[in-house]
Amino acid sequence: MKPPPVVYHGPDTLEEAVRLMAEHGAEAKVLAGGQSLVPLLNMRLTAPARLVDVNRLDDLAYVHSDRHGVRVGALARHADLEHATHAFETIPLLRQAVRTVAHPTIRNRGTTVGSLVHADPCGEMPAVLALLDGEVVLRSERDGERTVPARDFFVGPMESACREDEIAVEAFFPRPAGRTGSDWRELSRRNGDYALCGVGTLVRVDDAGAVSAAKAAYIAMGPVPQVVDLTAAAADGDWSAAADHAAEQLDPEDDIHASAEYRRQLARVLTARSLRAAYEAVAP
Amino acid sequence: MSEKHVGRPLLRKEDPRLLRGDGRYLDDLGRHALAAAFVRSPVAHARITDIDVGDALDVEGLVAIYTHEDLPGRIAEPLPLLIPHPDLTHARTPYCLADGEVNHVGEAVVMVVATDRYLAEDAAERIQVTYQELPPVVGIDQARAAERLVHDEIPGNVAARSVQENGKGDAHEAIAAAPHRLTLDLAIERSASMPMEGKGVLAHWDADDRTLRVHTSTQTSTSVRLAVAAKLGLPPDRVEVIAPDVGGGFGVKIVHPWPEEILVPWAAMTLGRDVKWVEDRREHFISSAHERGQQQRIEVGFDGSGRLHGLSVEIWHDNGAYVPYGIIVPIVTSTQLLGPYKVGAYRVEFTSLYTNTVIVTPYRGAGRPQGVFAMERTMDAIAEHLGLDRLAVREANLIRPEEMPYDQGLVFQDGRPLIYDSGDYPTMMRMIRDLVGWDGFEAERAAAAAEGRRIGIGVAAYVEGTGMGPYEGAHVKVETTGEIVVSTGITTQGQGHYTTLAQIAADALGVGVGDVTVVTGDTRRFKYAVGTFASRAIVTSGNAVAVAAGKVAEKAKRIAAAALGGGVRAEELELADGVVRHRDDPARSIELRTVAVLSNPLRYAFDEAAKAATQFAAAVTAGDEPGLEATGYYMPERSTFAAGAHGVVVETDPETADIKILRYCVVHDCGVVVNPRIVEGQVHGGVAQGIGGALYERIVYDDAGQLVNASYMDFLIPFATEVPHIQTAHMVTASGVNPLGLKGAGEAGVIPTSAAVASAIEDAERDRAVVVRRMPISPSELYELRKGRVHV
Ligand SMILES: Cc1cc2nc3c(=O)[nH]c(=O)nc-3n(C[C@H](O)[C@H](O)[C@H](O)COP(=O)(O)OP(=O)(O)OC[C@H]3O[C@@H](n4cnc5c(N)ncnc54)[C@H](O)[C@@H]3O)c2cc1C
Repeated sequence: MKPPPVVYHGPDTLEEAVRLMAEHGAEAKVLAGGQSLVPLLNMRLTAPARLVDVNRLDDLAYVHSDRHGVRVGALARHADLEHATHAFETIPLLRQAVRTVAHPTIRNRGTTVGSLVHADPCGEMPAVLALLDGEVVLRSERDGERTVPARDFFVGPMESACREDEIAVEAFFPRPAGRTGSDWRELSRRNGDYALCGVGTLVRVDDAGAVSAAKAAYIAMGPVPQVVDLTAAAADGDWSAAADHAAEQLDPEDDIHASAEYRRQLARVLTARSLRAAYEAVAP
Repeated sequence: MSEKHVGRPLLRKEDPRLLRGDGRYLDDLGRHALAAAFVRSPVAHARITDIDVGDALDVEGLVAIYTHEDLPGRIAEPLPLLIPHPDLTHARTPYCLADGEVNHVGEAVVMVVATDRYLAEDAAERIQVTYQELPPVVGIDQARAAERLVHDEIPGNVAARSVQENGKGDAHEAIAAAPHRLTLDLAIERSASMPMEGKGVLAHWDADDRTLRVHTSTQTSTSVRLAVAAKLGLPPDRVEVIAPDVGGGFGVKIVHPWPEEILVPWAAMTLGRDVKWVEDRREHFISSAHERGQQQRIEVGFDGSGRLHGLSVEIWHDNGAYVPYGIIVPIVTSTQLLGPYKVGAYRVEFTSLYTNTVIVTPYRGAGRPQGVFAMERTMDAIAEHLGLDRLAVREANLIRPEEMPYDQGLVFQDGRPLIYDSGDYPTMMRMIRDLVGWDGFEAERAAAAAEGRRIGIGVAAYVEGTGMGPYEGAHVKVETTGEIVVSTGITTQGQGHYTTLAQIAADALGVGVGDVTVVTGDTRRFKYAVGTFASRAIVTSGNAVAVAAGKVAEKAKRIAAAALGGGVRAEELELADGVVRHRDDPARSIELRTVAVLSNPLRYAFDEAAKAATQFAAAVTAGDEPGLEATGYYMPERSTFAAGAHGVVVETDPETADIKILRYCVVHDCGVVVNPRIVEGQVHGGVAQGIGGALYERIVYDDAGQLVNASYMDFLIPFATEVPHIQTAHMVTASGVNPLGLKGAGEAGVIPTSAAVASAIEDAERDRAVVVRRMPISPSELYELRKGRVHV
């Protein structure tokens, strides 16, 4: 469990990092928190010739909030997002979800943007970005900056739209409009494990308390985060009917921890519970 | 007399050092040693047709590459069969490096030595081994079907078949004649010891002295020494083996010699350089040892009160690809299955089967969790069948205290008769009934149900043979500074021996625990020992320390009597508070360290203490030996039997089938308790592992024989968050076998956990008629059980 030889680059500026990726992108990988990449290296499951360590790019270690939403820089750790009160006040879902990512020690190092690029179908933050219709800002020498919406960003399991010569510099999580409640819940085998099924929900209500919009996003239920619109299904507040509807859209797989059938059942149960909680958070 | 130390919950002497990070584990040693890495088989069953090392040769820092062809003499022969048995008719043991055939993923094929581990792995990665694949045998079903064979020349994949009967009549006849009968098919899946620190070996060859020094993370340094000496053709006196701090063993490190324990020393001798190998986690998963995997068929005959008339058990045991440790695990299952019960006529038959998987050797509990699962599931099934209370059925079958010592009529794993020396099982069951709240549970259940929650309760009991022979020994020495040094041959893996053995020595010598230093697992300090396994260390070494320390006390009195003069006789003296003094006139005393000085008459006065001991002053008489020290041994005539009962309350989510432990209670009897705090720690750790075995831990092989969850990401060991608070109550029935009255406690906690949790889950799910026949169980599996689908 020792990594193969690798050339290490530790750029001090984003420009330098971008240049390095332009030069070596095909055989280089960005090293952020290392919580996913380093185990892969140690197990020799990946063997890039070069690492471009972005940990010195302190300018990217930010979490900014305004009335439009929350901007998370590439070097902001999961823990930074979790503890940013302004981010929680702007979009409660961010903290609701990020605190279920792994354990505190891993959140202290792992970056939120890194987990988006990593695009693990079991990762919480990709689903949150998808649920909020967020976007990722990418930078390369060739194209400068481009912004990719969540729906185009998650291409497949462990595969994002971030090209090999690009660095993801920021994620933008837009604030849901109107009176919208949110909830995140999941079931994992052990505390802090990747979830067997996880669901995030947004429920918007009008002044009378009627549901005007509802949707859910799922992890571990498909190759990429699965977003299901439940506005029609949840319109009359029948959470279990909405949950049944959602579960039908999902196509989970068996693995050693859970059967596909069981995962679908979890989706059903967690969706109903989650919709209710999201609704109750904002119901008059 | 000063206050006794045995029985007190003293803090562990070893903890400050370990908690400060001052521990010295294998990988902390040998910083400048060469590093070894291994090419291991990526396939489960194959013939090796070619090994091409060409690409590896230009890796910078490469020192050597070895294959089986390079191994000389006895190193090229299969590793020893450590524990032969007449029923083990078809034993196969592995080679240090595969000889033309591999039988499981992870089997070592090539050894690489380089200047560091990174480079060794780089070179290993470039070595091309060509495999001609053979169909693998994976799992007990395939092994039983025997359509494929693991070893061509071993029919039916059967390593051993063994039958025992308890001499109380024909079990099948007794079952047939009983008013009620049931048949149960059960299974326990594979798990593994998984110590925090894997294995590791460091070897140093002193060519001038022709001495080999081996550090290895082992549970038996003395036996590794003899095994290494035998394999390498060295006189044992030229081999020193030391177990440094060991980060857990749980059984896997009692197996020896591991291929690496032979190859690393051999490479060090061959290369004339220190060589080190430190196992990584993936290697530990695929090339150490596993346990637990068994299928069982139980037939039982009983009467209307639930009393057993006859019990017949058939066991199919997965022993993996080789059997270097013999058939200890299924023997333990077969015999310890009986627990605290009288079962009428008993017949047990086991078949130990080869599969193309990692070897199976004892893991904490060593076959007992499977046996207890069989017995306790049977008790629950009888209760269900008769509509009786589950505890009442158990109580109807208990051995009574007045029947002790009780002969179960079987032969135990040590080859001695299975005779329970002492125990009070009815009291034990009464205590667990109270502790877990059995009698008030229906009210609790109803209250939970009113909130839409479902809860269930379960109990399981066990008896554990501990403290088996052949022997352990100890050397106790009083230094002239007053420090007491206790050296034992047993190793320690964190159990607290530095404290418990010090307590025993301190009491015998009338000193404080702080005055006693315990040395373990270093053959330079003590050469005769068996090892730390099977809950035997405190029983065997503890009694040996008492014997040795007792001899030292006698000698101290003899020398002190002479030194005190005035007609004082040794019998009138006692040791207390660091002095030897007159029992009736404590003022007439002499410090123990002064006695130590006097006991070694010197010609040369090199310091103040020595001056007092020069030949003109000393008090050792002719015929005596110099030094205030002695060696003592304890050889048990047979095992001593500890017991316990666990009670657990679980909650199962009606929708998600999530399983949560709400309450966990333990009643525990390990005879005289040397240190209640340490015993409780052992029990807690055991329960944590038991919960792992009940709800989380499972080694998963696919059909090709690939271990698919060979990492801590997918092999789920419970975190602190998954282990509930554990309530423990002790009871003491002193051992009838050894002078100190001790019984072992190391494995206890893990033994009945799966059985108790299974019982509680079934109870919580009784409205849905869920029947638990296989452990561990996950929420997904509970969900499938509710749906009436086969429990996979
Ligand atoms: C024990 C454990 C449990 C975990 N549990 C969870 C969990 O429950 N849920 C969860 O979501 N995650 C979990 N993780 C993963 C964790 O969230 C990681 O932090 C995250 O997946 C990756 O972030 P990182 O900063 O560590 O990225 P790294 O490991 O450094 O990189 C991951 C990948 O992303 C690329 N990358 C990273 N940053 C950038 C960038 N700015 N631009 C371009 N490419 C980039 C890297 O090249 C690499 O391919 C767990 C990790 C561990 C070790």
